[in-house]
Amino acid sequence: MYDKSVRRRRAVLGLLVVSCLILLTATFGSTGGAGFFNEVISPIQEGASRALKPVRDLVGWFGDTLDAKGQVKDLRTERDALRQQAVAAQAAERENAELRKQLEMNQALGLDAYAPVGARVITYDPSVWYSRIGIDKGSGDGVKPGMPVVAPGGLVGTVEAVTRGTAQVTLITDSSSGVPARTNVGNPPVQGVVESSGAGNPNDLLLNYTPPRREVRLKSRIVTAGTNSRKFNSLYPPNIPIGEVTRVDDAGSDSQQVHLRPYVDLRGLEFVQVLTAVNGGRA
Amino acid sequence: MNERQHLRLRVGLLGAVTVLLQVTFVSQIRIAGGIADIVPLVVLAVGLLCGALTGAVFGFAVGLFVDIALFHWLGISSLLLLTIGFAAGRIQEARDPEGAFVPLFGAAAATLTYVLGYAIIQFLLDVEAPVSGVILRQTLVTMLLNMLLALPVYALVRSWLVPALPTDPRRRRRRATTTSLSPLSRAR
Repeated sequence: MYDKSVRRRRAVLGLLVVSCLILLTATFGSTGGAGFFNEVISPIQEGASRALKPVRDLVGWFGDTLDAKGQVKDLRTERDALRQQAVAAQAAERENAELRKQLEMNQALGLDAYAPVGARVITYDPSVWYSRIGIDKGSGDGVKPGMPVVAPGGLVGTVEAVTRGTAQVTLITDSSSGVPARTNVGNPPVQGVVESSGAGNPNDLLLNYTPPRREVRLKSRIVTAGTNSRKFNSLYPPNIPIGEVTRVDDAGSDSQQVHLRPYVDLRGLEFVQVLTAVNGGRA
Repeated sequence: MNERQHLRLRVGLLGAVTVLLQVTFVSQIRIAGGIADIVPLVVLAVGLLCGALTGAVFGFAVGLFVDIALFHWLGISSLLLLTIGFAAGRIQEARDPEGAFVPLFGAAAATLTYVLGYAIIQFLLDVEAPVSGVILRQTLVTMLLNMLLALPVYALVRSWLVPALPTDPRRRRRRATTTSLSPLSRAR
């Protein structure tokens, strides 16, 4: 009985294995499957697939949710990195525009002759007086006290003190500042001294000490007067823009006060240039 | 309908439902880069519950169905699944393992045999591309998923087949005990 059972089992197994090999050999190289059977079961498959779709979607929803949760951290990291890159790109773009303006100004005003040294503004006067800034260039770069500092747009101030790698710049809005200046037009031009109109206002300067009864028109451009005298060198080279006349008090009188708005936005400085080859530097 | 026909009917329905479920549902759910495959699990369970001969025939038939449904070359799945069904049945017949985790480890072995065996046969017959390490990762994921499913699948198959089995495995495994009324107890 046992032998018969074993023989039967072996026979069936052998038959099945042989059947498999015959099937494999017969269908090898074809597109596979049996067309007739597929035609029969295709509708069943389709029906079952449709019936199970809601369950599949539900399970898929859980899977997608889990996957999405797993991706959140990565995406946040990527987002932060991209945000930093975007900020850096924007900053670079802005710096590029600033530096381009400086270059244009250097070419237009011939400032290259004064050996400009580019510097980045690293500190701002924390008070409301807007009187000083710090820059990242110092005596090691040839910067000395008294040298004029310009930015895209015009005059910024003068170097007040230096260390090896940094310098303090006194802005033209500081109450101690005085810049010999003149109008850009007129023959002869109206001369005066640009001074602070009052501490704390970075948008208003005064052109004082103008000759009596010399009219200064609104929107006139005020530039540095400079000198070409070897004996009395000016701290500033000539023709550096300072600002534009916005108002004239007591016009035409001996005590007329000419108000001007500086061209340079002194509260938003990022890059400046120190003109290191001007005779006025106090070594 | 006698017991044998009853069992054949239930086993046949089980095979058809298993393949349809696998093809239309389970294989479309991707978890951790892999998919579960309940076909070898069901074949394993049938082999463990019904014996080597039934397991082998069931494996062959289910494999044929899978190959037809998926437009594979006929015979590959049949060969592998009949091996799984036969081996599971022989283990049950020769060892009659009682451990609760037999289906679990059996599932790991059956999955490895099925998935790796299929890949090897395909590689030997047709695939000319270099073998990627991804295959091993997917095999591992499928094996782990199948191990998670092994016990529930085994329990379901068992509950479906037990009414039709000539001998209830639970009854067969129950230990003989004596009561105080037994003459054997009094003899102590």
